[in-house]
Amino acid sequence: MIPELGNFLLMLALVVTAIQSVMPMIGANRGNLPLMHLALMSGKLQFVIIFCSFGCLVASFILNDFSVLNVANNSNSALPLPYKIAASWGSHEGSMLLWLLMLAGWTFAVAINKKQLPIEFLSRILAVMGFVSFGFLLFIIFTSNPFERILPPLPDGSDLNPLLQDPGMVIHPPMLYMGYVGCVVPFAFAVAALLGGKLDSTWARWSRPWTTMAWVFLTIGIALGSWWAYYELGWGGWWFWDPVENASFMPWLCATALMHSLSVSEKRGGFKAWTVLLAILTFSLSLLGTFLVRSGVITSVHAFASDPSRGVFILLFLTIIVSASLLLYAVRAPRIGSGSSFEWISREGALLANNVLFLASTAAILLGTLYPLFLDALNLGKISVGPPYFDVVFVSLTAPAVFFMGIGPLAHWRKTEISFLLRRIRGMMLIALFGAVLLLLITPRWSPLVLLGLFLALWIIGSIVTTLVERVANIALKTRFSKLHALKKIPLGFWGMLTAHFGVAVFIVGITMVGAYESEKDYRMEIGDSAAIGKYTFVLDGFENKEGPNFNSTVGKFSVFSNKEFLVSLSPEKRFYHVQQMVMTEASIDTGITRDLYLSLGEPLNDGSWVVRIYYKPFVVWIWFGAFIMALGGIMAAFDRRFNLNKQIS
Amino acid sequence: MNKYLLPFIVFIFLAAFLAKGLYLDPQTIPSPLIGKKMPAANLPLLERGEAEFNVTQLIGQPFLLNVFASWCAPCLVEHPLLSNLAAMKVIDIYGLSYKDNRSNTIAWLEKNGNPYVSVGVDAEGDYAIDLGVYGVPETFLIDSDGVILFKQVGPLTQEVIIEEILERIEDLKSE
Repeated sequence: MIPELGNFLLMLALVVTAIQSVMPMIGANRGNLPLMHLALMSGKLQFVIIFCSFGCLVASFILNDFSVLNVANNSNSALPLPYKIAASWGSHEGSMLLWLLMLAGWTFAVAINKKQLPIEFLSRILAVMGFVSFGFLLFIIFTSNPFERILPPLPDGSDLNPLLQDPGMVIHPPMLYMGYVGCVVPFAFAVAALLGGKLDSTWARWSRPWTTMAWVFLTIGIALGSWWAYYELGWGGWWFWDPVENASFMPWLCATALMHSLSVSEKRGGFKAWTVLLAILTFSLSLLGTFLVRSGVITSVHAFASDPSRGVFILLFLTIIVSASLLLYAVRAPRIGSGSSFEWISREGALLANNVLFLASTAAILLGTLYPLFLDALNLGKISVGPPYFDVVFVSLTAPAVFFMGIGPLAHWRKTEISFLLRRIRGMMLIALFGAVLLLLITPRWSPLVLLGLFLALWIIGSIVTTLVERVANIALKTRFSKLHALKKIPLGFWGMLTAHFGVAVFIVGITMVGAYESEKDYRMEIGDSAAIGKYTFVLDGFENKEGPNFNSTVGKFSVFSNKEFLVSLSPEKRFYHVQQMVMTEASIDTGITRDLYLSLGEPLNDGSWVVRIYYKPFVVWIWFGAFIMALGGIMAAFDRRFNLNKQIS
Repeated sequence: MNKYLLPFIVFIFLAAFLAKGLYLDPQTIPSPLIGKKMPAANLPLLERGEAEFNVTQLIGQPFLLNVFASWCAPCLVEHPLLSNLAAMKVIDIYGLSYKDNRSNTIAWLEKNGNPYVSVGVDAEGDYAIDLGVYGVPETFLIDSDGVILFKQVGPLTQEVIIEEILERIEDLKSE
């Protein structure tokens, strides 16, 4: 009964979103107020319906309804409850419903946050979002129905993939999807503005907090995914340039460019055509990501079941949305105008340089991801593009971007004298360079990449301090407040920017150190054996057997000594999941600020000894820590009061 | 031309490639050996240790060579399909026991049925290297001149047997 209800609700939502995508659009064009108000109502209603439908799916999982194919394939009566709930989005069908739920959630948020938007503009936005929901509903109902029944019902389910039975997996997909789908809001704002022919700085101001929030979720989602891969896959890597990772990273890069471009559009009225294009591209890339992940056109470790009819559908939908919006852009953009002029050496100049570099790295990643497909389609052979390509291209494009990131906040809008700018950055440059060299002296080995990484991190921090000091001095000068008082006058958005930039510095330290100094060793160990890596000694004390709810495991008991002094016990596991007949490696990690010690059990050998993998990962947590600081900065920026005030509408 | 149209044009190209990509299988791995002669080998025969499994002597009529092992779970999955194919008597199927213990292989064949005309033993996997085997199971279709026509990496499926193997056998017969 519950699955039928869920299914019925999906149909109902289809009708509601059909109304939502058509009626308000007509209303906005004719100035018909009741039709426009329909947007608000249907926007809220569809969320409630889809939320209930999703609830039906979760209920089917919790109640062990193995007559539902999706439940039978992805759950089991012995599966712990939190994972039963998470299994709702563990499959293709369920994850598409989650996608839709997130989309409905964003629509709801836009619909209730109506206080400052003109109704005509708002109804166009909601119509665009309604159309996207409509397309995905069709997709779910016809190709990926999560409520499909299987008769007769199975006695028990075939369990959730053990890789997904992990707390990280419970929160990673919802976060990432929130980000992915959140890109629809700036997209809808851009399309609505193009349709209405009104692209002014208020449009940019309205878009900014939404864009920033979507970006925050993307950042957190990607960071969680990377962290999960690190501790769960058992080989200590944190980023693999896997097509599915790239699929989430491309919208992130584009959204980053969009956020910065929006600030120019808002503050200076510039870059408008460019900003609109970025908003369209960001959402297009998140749709493309969905297509790549869901269609199976590209080989990936995230081997999701692929089905050509699904691929055809998403591609068709993607083509309709993207080409319609790009055509609209081609027609309307020439009339937008370029906004106020600026000199190359100015804040606009630095932001534009950043934008171009971000977009170039997005293009490079897209090329690398799709290159195997291009060659295959042209019958030029089968190849794969590996991390060396991505590493080189990405570092060489983002290093200059980070350099400009240090300059941007210091430069004036419109025009900055070179001599003036040089005076401000000279000190920063020297300190960063000198600091990087000093730090190199205490690192184990010298390498140009480490020098570059440390320099860039210090460069950003130098820029943050300089920017802050100048800002305080400026406010103090203008308002005659004391410096301390002036510090309190700095808006939250500005703090947000500094925080996010600081997160980038932390992140750079992490990737630099782990990239240069990590080490990894494989040992054959018997009980009583010890292995050493650097100053750390690992002693295998013995093994224990453990029974889990749906697995049993062999736990290795290790004592770790640092310079002969006992440091910590680690217990990596080898789990055997009964239902899926799968062996999983659970690494055991001692996390520290300056290093992780990472231990994972390999295979048992015939003579009773085990292969043990030991990794030493310096500063690896800084990577995720940096990402979370970036996200925190984004949250601060999105909640700047400026975005919530009605009176500022010009 | 309107420069604002450029993103649209780029996208259309991209979409065309993606559409093509939907009908390609990224998992298929081409073998450099297709269209080439089978590498020669003289391997021990499973059934009688002293006799020889001489690959060059098999040549003369088309045959299938199936690389398998008793320790390989996917081999068990494809095994009934191979037995069916053998029962159709359209082509001789030879086995290559890959990195396996001789008595285990014999026991496995007794338990699951033996579709093979004969089985060669490649205990160290040396000949498999010459054949370019990625892993077990793999199946090669060889024509009467000893040229490899087709190779399946991973377990056979009914679809592959019908569309790739039986169809090619038909072609060979009609020549």
